[in-house]
Amino acid sequence: MSASRFRRTGVIFAATLAICAGVLIGLYVTLYLEAGEPQAVAAKMTGEHEASLTLQTVAEVGHGENNFWVSYYVQNPQGKWVHSTIFHLPAHSLVHVKVLQYDGDSGLRNPLWGQPRGVVGKTMYVNGKPLKVLNPELASHTFAIPELGVSVPLEGVEEEAPNQCESAPCGLEKAHNTIEFTFHTGRPGKFRWQCFVPCAAGFIFGFGGPMQSIGYMDGEVEVS
Amino acid sequence: MNWRDKLRPAPAIRRIMWIWLVLSVIATPLVVIFVGPMLPPGSASDAAHGQQQDNTVMVGIVLPIIIALLLYFGYALKTFRAKPGEEQTDGPPLRGETPVMVAWIAVTFVIVLFLATWGAYELFPGEEGAGGGMGPTPISVALPADASSALPVQVIGQQWAWTYRYPTYGGLETTELVLPVDKLVRFNVTSIDVIHSFWSNQLAVKADAVPGTNNVAFATPVKIESSTVRCAELCGLWHGHMTSPIHVVSQAKFESWITAQQQKWAPIAKYLPKYSKTYAPEPTYRGG
Repeated sequence: MSASRFRRTGVIFAATLAICAGVLIGLYVTLYLEAGEPQAVAAKMTGEHEASLTLQTVAEVGHGENNFWVSYYVQNPQGKWVHSTIFHLPAHSLVHVKVLQYDGDSGLRNPLWGQPRGVVGKTMYVNGKPLKVLNPELASHTFAIPELGVSVPLEGVEEEAPNQCESAPCGLEKAHNTIEFTFHTGRPGKFRWQCFVPCAAGFIFGFGGPMQSIGYMDGEVEVS
Repeated sequence: MNWRDKLRPAPAIRRIMWIWLVLSVIATPLVVIFVGPMLPPGSASDAAHGQQQDNTVMVGIVLPIIIALLLYFGYALKTFRAKPGEEQTDGPPLRGETPVMVAWIAVTFVIVLFLATWGAYELFPGEEGAGGGMGPTPISVALPADASSALPVQVIGQQWAWTYRYPTYGGLETTELVLPVDKLVRFNVTSIDVIHSFWSNQLAVKADAVPGTNNVAFATPVKIESSTVRCAELCGLWHGHMTSPIHVVSQAKFESWITAQQQKWAPIAKYLPKYSKTYAPEPTYRGG
């Protein structure tokens, strides 16, 4: 084999190796990012400009990498619980939200969030009972879409309540509160939503962990 | 060669200096007069107006320097370009030119010293507030003249929202900031979780919101307009979304807004903590 041919073969081999490495790295990064992003779940359409969204909040996911983290779950239109906090909602529509709240009460860091805002009739319904305000000490989580002016406190389950849920998703037989409210979506757009109770205060995650993670206590609402 | 000959610049430099002088004399006043009023942060508050003036002074000083650099650059490109076919040779060696060095050091020394003096002087808020956070107990010389009659407004940062309390209106807490025009405002900035920074670019107010600390800042809004408050301290996932509206309105509109807000937030009023300079919510809660 001549020297020039040997050199050419070497260059082709190195180029092939570089291309393969590039493809593999790209594939790995893509799969990693895809895996990190929870799947979006669409609200169930119940009318031309009406939809319903059913959520649950749990004290512990109970499995997986972050099994001790608190989290939201969402029910897809087929009725299956999905571990996601990215929701598709119709624009200029009324969205009826039902939250099955399985976590214990922990209190609001800012009591102001004890008053529901941006909901129809300025009222939320806790186990069917209309409420204009929730004692902030009884709250466990909040569901808030600040850019839409929506904020609703979620009453926690009593500490001594029997049959508490230990692993998500939780069934209706477990101790829970049902919070219902309705809000208007308005213009199309992508909005963040979040819980306003620092989930890990006093723990190693501090104000991080589930509080800072999409798929747990933060998410996005895609209105279209 | 005597000192006069030494100080006499080369013909090319002399030409550049004349062009520079003419351009600077024409451009600097034009930029200061016409561009100055458009410089950030605007003039929505007295503090903002002061900062705009500072920026105008800086531009006025920097502009002749920029003109000199660009002029020399352009002149050198045009004049000292090698002619086609010309042999490329190295020029004469450069050695220390004492007069040039002395002049250069003297000019930069004067500019830097002037800016340092100017900056130190401008840190004092004067009568209307300087907009910057001054800590929990500002020294008396840094206080605006009528600080005692300022409207107190508490700014509370939380991941990821701002709320505002008006202690002179029963500790009313709201999610939007409304201020009366031409009234000195005393911002008491704090946080109930991590460090944030309360920043209104239009009002030229920027004060860190630190848990357990009351950071005081003063400003007087002088324009009726709306803008946005932002967080200027990276504070987590939705830091970029930590905004809230700010409206400067007439005194009459402010009073009617306060009344409307008291009605709006009436249900939660009894649950709000007593007004305090800082708050320490129970940190050991584990909720979500």
